[in-house]
Amino acid sequence: MNFELNKQQEFVVKTIRKFAENEVKPIAAEIDENHRFPHETVEKMGKMGLMGLPVPREYGGAGGDLLSYYLAIEELGKVCATTAVICSAHISLVTWPIFHFGTEQQRRKYIPDMAAGRKLGAFALTEPNAGTDSAKQETKAVLDGDEYVLNGIKTLITNGGPADVFLVFAMTDKSKKNKGISAFIVEREDEGFFIGENQRKMGICASSTVNLTFKNCRIPKDRLVGKEGQGFKIAMQTLDGGRIGIAAQALGIAEGAFEEALTYLKTRKQFGGPLTRMQALTFEMAELKTEIEASRGLIYHAIDLKQRGLPYSEFASMCKLHTAETAMRVTTRCVQFMAGYGFSKDYPVERMMRDAKVTEIYEGTSEVQKLVISSKFI
Amino acid sequence: MAFNIIVCAKQVPDSDLVRIDPKTGSIIRKGVPGVLNADDANALEEALKIKDKHDDVYITVVTMGPPQAEEVLFEAIAKGADEGILINDIALASSDTFVTSTVLKTAIEKWAADNGEISLVFAGREATDGDTAQVGPQLAERLDIPQVTYASSFEISEDMKTVTISRKLEGYHEEVEVNTPCLVTAIKDLNQPRYPHMHNVFAPMKITSWNIEDLGLDADSVGLAGSPSVVISSFPLKKGKGGMFVEGESGAEQAANLLAALKDKRII
Repeated sequence: MNFELNKQQEFVVKTIRKFAENEVKPIAAEIDENHRFPHETVEKMGKMGLMGLPVPREYGGAGGDLLSYYLAIEELGKVCATTAVICSAHISLVTWPIFHFGTEQQRRKYIPDMAAGRKLGAFALTEPNAGTDSAKQETKAVLDGDEYVLNGIKTLITNGGPADVFLVFAMTDKSKKNKGISAFIVEREDEGFFIGENQRKMGICASSTVNLTFKNCRIPKDRLVGKEGQGFKIAMQTLDGGRIGIAAQALGIAEGAFEEALTYLKTRKQFGGPLTRMQALTFEMAELKTEIEASRGLIYHAIDLKQRGLPYSEFASMCKLHTAETAMRVTTRCVQFMAGYGFSKDYPVERMMRDAKVTEIYEGTSEVQKLVISSKFI
Repeated sequence: MAFNIIVCAKQVPDSDLVRIDPKTGSIIRKGVPGVLNADDANALEEALKIKDKHDDVYITVVTMGPPQAEEVLFEAIAKGADEGILINDIALASSDTFVTSTVLKTAIEKWAADNGEISLVFAGREATDGDTAQVGPQLAERLDIPQVTYASSFEISEDMKTVTISRKLEGYHEEVEVNTPCLVTAIKDLNQPRYPHMHNVFAPMKITSWNIEDLGLDADSVGLAGSPSVVISSFPLKKGKGGMFVEGESGAEQAANLLAALKDKRII
């Protein structure tokens, strides 16, 4: 066992860190303040091949390994959680399932544009009355000749505002509950498909979160992903990979806040010296640092299993659970260490604290992760 | 025939992190990551821009340095260069610019003998660790091709036979037209270097390493032994304190104000 990064992985870290410092960090506070989706950053990420980093080369991706991909998400998360989730949702929740479960024709049609960042993806499972209880899906898809007709509402859809390609889950056979859910590709221009206004949130404010409405939305029947009834399986397997992405994002948030607080403690002088002389603070920083590294270990374990094609959903849940809670704790304590300045919008840690909260909620709440983990040993 | 471009690059200590040891006066390199020299990144970018626009352009990046200097070749290929050559030999340690330009010339000629004529050579104006700005011009002389230094803009004709360059000099610009092959040294104003592309990062890379034997060079003619110039010491400059700007609408008024200030301080 070896935790050393290889040459490519190190280069990815170095490159994305520089990109994050120069292109993402300078606008992070502004896009948060204005709830503005950073289109320019998505374009830049597309230009450098980041939006298709783990996608195979024959479909226009970079053909990179999974660890490199998650390292990139972590680096983005250090300076801007919004930018990290735009990339993670696009790759893990939409590109991956279309690639993995889609037909060759679907792959050829969608993946190259998505890998190049020309088209952005959004994953649409959640409904007003169906969160974790996905069997309560009210969105229906009915086959009518060569078309499926979709009706219903999805809510809290990340990337939904600017997205071009939507992976939408809908009931094709209500009587079968979860086994009656199917997955479909819906395109932005499809008739009867309406994208709602941005929903305002506590954190990741620049990320687009919208309602989607389907009113007799007719799509060709070859937009079905997998077979009828496989939607729940597709969603769950997709979320397993997505959870590692959110864990990587949460790790980045925690590290970003830790670095900010450390710089502050080193330079802030009280009672005749820097605050790093206060053991009450440095001991707690030591605990936080340990939690951060423990999170990294869990994430790497999950990635290793996934990369080797072994079952990893348990570790995906454990790394997300642990890292999300770590991010919440680290950011909350960093605000405390920096006290008045931590609370001020002049410093980024208050934003990081607000952003950290969502990592305990989306792509399965912490409670859902505990369900997944406990189901493995009960 | 391909339009072959050579880009000379150097790995330098990250200038944001470099410190000078106050006791020895030498640069503390330990623990300081190496980066692609800033002006060389501009040189590479200009070569890549030609490749963006024209077919059949082949970019080879050449660097001389320790084994870890391969990192700059990795970065250059990740940005879009086709090939990298690392000239690495312990005998090359402490080479001055005279030796460096000789070694680069020998390597470029060896590459050309194997692959075809060189159409254009790019180099950065100077390296941030040496600040000599001598290697580019010396290399042009040794290759016996025209040189245009301090390029702040660059345009190549459609037939790729001539280039028009704006040189940024003290207080003015000079427009130059020159035929290829030629050597151009780049400055920061020339362009904005791109980020590496992930597609290139995970593709196989062609990086070759040559030692002095490969180049047919003698150990006595390179490194410290072959270098006519030797750095005796380096030391941080003492920062002057304060200072003042002499203001005034015209030169005459500024002179009068300066005179008044000097008198006020009883200097004259």
